[in-house]
Amino acid sequence: MDRAKEILKKNTMLIALVIITIFFALLTGGTLLVPRNVTNLIAQNGYVVVLAVGMLMCILTGGNIDLSVGSIVALVGALAGTLIVNKGMNIWLVMVICLGVGILIGVWQGFWIAYIRIPAFIVTLAGMLLWRGVALIILGGLTISPFPDNYLNLFNSYIPDIFGGTINIVSIVIGFVICVIFCILQFTNRIKLRRKGYAIEKPIFTIIKSAIICIAVMALSYTLALHAGIPTILILLAIVVLFYSYFTKKTVPGRYLYAVGGNEKAAKLSGINTNRVLFFAYVNMAFLSALAALICIARFNSAAPTAGTNYEMDAIGSCYIGGASAYGGIGTVAGVVIGAIFMGVINNGMSIMGIDANVQKAVKGLVLLAAVAFDVLSKKRGRIA
Amino acid sequence: MPGYLLEMVDITKRFPGVIALNHVNLRVMEGEIHALVGENGAGKSTLMNILSGIYGYGSYEGKIIYQGEECKFTEIKDSERKGIVIIHQELALVPYMTIGENMFLGNEQGGKYRIDWEETYRKADQLLNTVGLHESSRTYIKDIGIGKQQLVEIAKALSKNVKLLILDEPTASLNESEARKLLDLLLHLKQKGVTSIIISHKLNEISYVADKITILRDGSTIETLDKNKDDISEERIISGMVGRKLVDRFPKRTNTTIGEVSLEVKNWTVYHPIFTERKVVDNVSLRIHKGEVVGIAGLMGAGRTELALSIFGKSYGINISGNLYIHGKEVKLHNARQAIERKLVYISEDRKGNGLILANPIRENITLAKMDKVSNHNIIDANAEVIAAKEYVEKLQTKCTSIEQPVGNLSGGNQQKVLVSKWMFADPDIMILDEPTRGIDVGAKYEIYCIINQLVSEGKSILMISSELPELLGMCDRIYIMNEGRIVGEVSKEEASQEIIMGQILKTSKGV
Repeated sequence: MDRAKEILKKNTMLIALVIITIFFALLTGGTLLVPRNVTNLIAQNGYVVVLAVGMLMCILTGGNIDLSVGSIVALVGALAGTLIVNKGMNIWLVMVICLGVGILIGVWQGFWIAYIRIPAFIVTLAGMLLWRGVALIILGGLTISPFPDNYLNLFNSYIPDIFGGTINIVSIVIGFVICVIFCILQFTNRIKLRRKGYAIEKPIFTIIKSAIICIAVMALSYTLALHAGIPTILILLAIVVLFYSYFTKKTVPGRYLYAVGGNEKAAKLSGINTNRVLFFAYVNMAFLSALAALICIARFNSAAPTAGTNYEMDAIGSCYIGGASAYGGIGTVAGVVIGAIFMGVINNGMSIMGIDANVQKAVKGLVLLAAVAFDVLSKKRGRIA
Repeated sequence: MPGYLLEMVDITKRFPGVIALNHVNLRVMEGEIHALVGENGAGKSTLMNILSGIYGYGSYEGKIIYQGEECKFTEIKDSERKGIVIIHQELALVPYMTIGENMFLGNEQGGKYRIDWEETYRKADQLLNTVGLHESSRTYIKDIGIGKQQLVEIAKALSKNVKLLILDEPTASLNESEARKLLDLLLHLKQKGVTSIIISHKLNEISYVADKITILRDGSTIETLDKNKDDISEERIISGMVGRKLVDRFPKRTNTTIGEVSLEVKNWTVYHPIFTERKVVDNVSLRIHKGEVVGIAGLMGAGRTELALSIFGKSYGINISGNLYIHGKEVKLHNARQAIERKLVYISEDRKGNGLILANPIRENITLAKMDKVSNHNIIDANAEVIAAKEYVEKLQTKCTSIEQPVGNLSGGNQQKVLVSKWMFADPDIMILDEPTRGIDVGAKYEIYCIINQLVSEGKSILMISSELPELLGMCDRIYIMNEGRIVGEVSKEEASQEIIMGQILKTSKGV
C-alpha cells in the first residue's frame, strides 16, 4: 500500500494533468480532445517544450532563470527570415547559421554569468532588451513573410501515409512499435535487475505502468491518425526530450547540473568546475532558443519583431509547474514536459471556451503560483517530518 | 550585600543525539564581571543562547531566574526587554549602514513611519562617546575596523539600557591595544552598574577583568572560582577545563608501519580572500608520513580549516605562497580537481554546507568526487554506480533504508559516514579530515575512529583537524599546535597532554 501511495505522490502533477484535461474536455463538450485539436495542441506548444527543457538546465543550476529566451527567438527568427526570404539562401545552411548564432549569444551571456559572476537575472534581463533591439534593427520594424514551402513543410507537415485510406496507418504502426519497445525494455530491465539480485517492484506495478503508458501512446497515435498522422514537429520534440532526459539522468555533465544546484560549495570541493557547468547551461539555453525560433517562424509563417514575447514566462512556468525547485538541484525533463502540456491544455481549453484573453492570463498566473506554493509547502512538511 | 542578578538553575539542553548541557548552574551577582570558560563544545555558547532566548523556553529544562523572577524567554526580544543583551563573536552589523543606523536598527527613534534621524545620530554620538569611540555616528560600518565595530556593538547594547551584557569571545579578532581598550571599557561599565558575562579563551584577559570564573566541561558545570577566595592562575583554570579522565574511547591501532613522507608543506602563507591584508595562515611548514595520523590542535579561528582548504587545490584564500610536496615531488594544485587527481582529498568540517548534497541520494553523493570511476566517456554506468554505493554503505555500516535515500534524511553520524565514503571512493593516498566527529554521538565517533585506523593500515596518511583534544591525543601519532595562523608547537604522542597543548595555545595568544 505504501508503494501505491509513493507512486501517487511521485506523480501528483501527472494526475493533476489528467484531471485538468478531463475537466476541460467536459467543459468544452469534448472539443479539447478531437483529433484536429490534439494535433493543434502539439503544434501550438512545441516551442514551449523546447524552451522549457533548456530552462530546466538553468533552473537546476541554482534556481537561476533566463529571461532573454523570448528575445533570442525574435532575433534568430528575424535573422532566418532575412536570410531565407530576402536573400533566398539555402534553408539548411540558414538553419546551421541560426543555431550557430544561438550558441554565440549563449557564449556571450554565459561568459558574464559564469565567469564574471554577474547574477543570471541581470545578464539575461539585459539580453532580453539587447536581443529584442537587435531583432528590431534587423527587421527595421517590419514583419517578414511568407516563408518558402520547402521550409514550412519541414516543420508543419505530417509523416506521409504509405497505405492510404481514411485513417493514417503509419501513425498507428509507429505507436504500436513504441509500445512494444517500451514493454520489452521494461521486461529486460526486470530480468537484469533480478539477475543482479536487486529488489524489483511487484509485477503488478510493472504491468499497470506498462498498460497505462501503452494505452496513452496508442490513444495518442490513434487520435493523430484520425486527423493527418504524426506531425513532424512531434518527432523533433521527441528527439529533444529523449536526448535531454538521457543527458540529465545518465551522463556525468548532467549529474553535475544537479550537484551545482544542490550545493555549489560541495560541488566545487568535489572537483567540479562549477563555472563551466553554469556556462554550459546558458549556452545550451540560447541554442535551444534558436531551435525554438526555427519552429516558431515555420508555425507562424512569418518573422515578426514582436515574436517570442513572454515566451520566457511560458518556459519558466512549465518548469515550476513540472516540479523543478525554485532553489535549484531538483527537477526532471519528464516533469517539465508535463508542466508544458499542463500550461498548453489550460491555454487551449480556455481559448476553445472563448474565455477572454485577459482572464486567461490571470488564471495562468494563479496556476503558476499554486504550483510553486505546492512545491514549497510539501518540502516544508518534509523537513518537519 | 547585593543578591544574584541572574541564576540559571539545572539547565539541561538536548540536541538530537547529544546532550549539550547537563544540569548546568550559573549564578551571577549584580555588578560583577563573570567569565565563562571551557573548551570548544563545552556548552558555553549554548548556555548563552538559552539565556538570550535564541533557544526558547520549552526547548530546555531548568529555570532562569533574573532579578528575582523566573523568566520564560521565547525570543531575543524578550530578553532584550529585560536588559539582557548578547554580543556574538560574529558581529551582527550591516556594513552598508551608518553606525547610527546600526545602533538603532529595530529600535528606531521617532515614530514608526517618521524616523527622527537627528535624534538618532545625537543619541548615537553620545553613546559612542561613552564607549570611547571617536567616530561620527554617520560613518559607515564598512569603513571602520573590527575593533571599533566591537565598540559599536557595545554602544548599541547601551542604547537598549543594558543591565546584563554577554560577550562571546569579544577579543578574538582584536589586536592587543584594541583588546585592552575593550576590557577597560568593561571595567568602566561595571562601575556604572552593568553586569557582564564574558566568554573567552584568553585566560590572561580573564584574570585581568573577571570577578568570578565558571568552568564548563562537556556540558556540565565543573566549578565557579572567586577572585577573592580561590586561586585563579592560568594553570588552575586549565586543569579545570581539561581535567577529564581519558577512558578507553579509542580503538587500538595495530600492524601499522609509518613509512616515508607523503605530504610536505613548506612556508605556506595564505591571505584572507576579502580582508586581503590579513594573514590567515602564516608561514606554516608540516609533514605527514605514510601510515601516520597527524593532528592539528587549535582553537576556532586558528586557521586550521583555512590551511587545509588552501592545500586542497587553493580552495580558500588568496596570494597563497609556499611549497607543496606530494611523495617528495613538488606539485602545484590550482583547484580541487587537481588535488583529487594527486590523491589528496579534504573532508569538510561542515558536512551539510560544504560536504554533501542533502537533497540527493546516498548513491549520487558517494560517487560525485570521482565520477570517472563509474562512467565511460561521460555516460554513467548505472549498475557500476549502484554496486559502488552499496559497497561503501556496507563497508562503513551506514544505516539507511536504501542507497536511494536522500542524505538529508540521515542522522549526523550516518551523514558523516556517507561523507567519508565519498572521499574514500576517490581513492586518496592523503586525507585531510576536518572535525571528523563533530556533532555525532559517541558510538558513531568510535566507528569513525575505526575507519581512520583501517585507512592508515592500508598505508594512507591522515591529517586530522579537531577541536576535541582528547580525540587528538587518542588518535594521533603526532600533533601540531596551531594558533593565530602559525604552527606554535609540535608534540609526539608520548609527550602530548591536554595541559601542554592548551598551555601552548594560551601562551602564544596575543593577550593583554
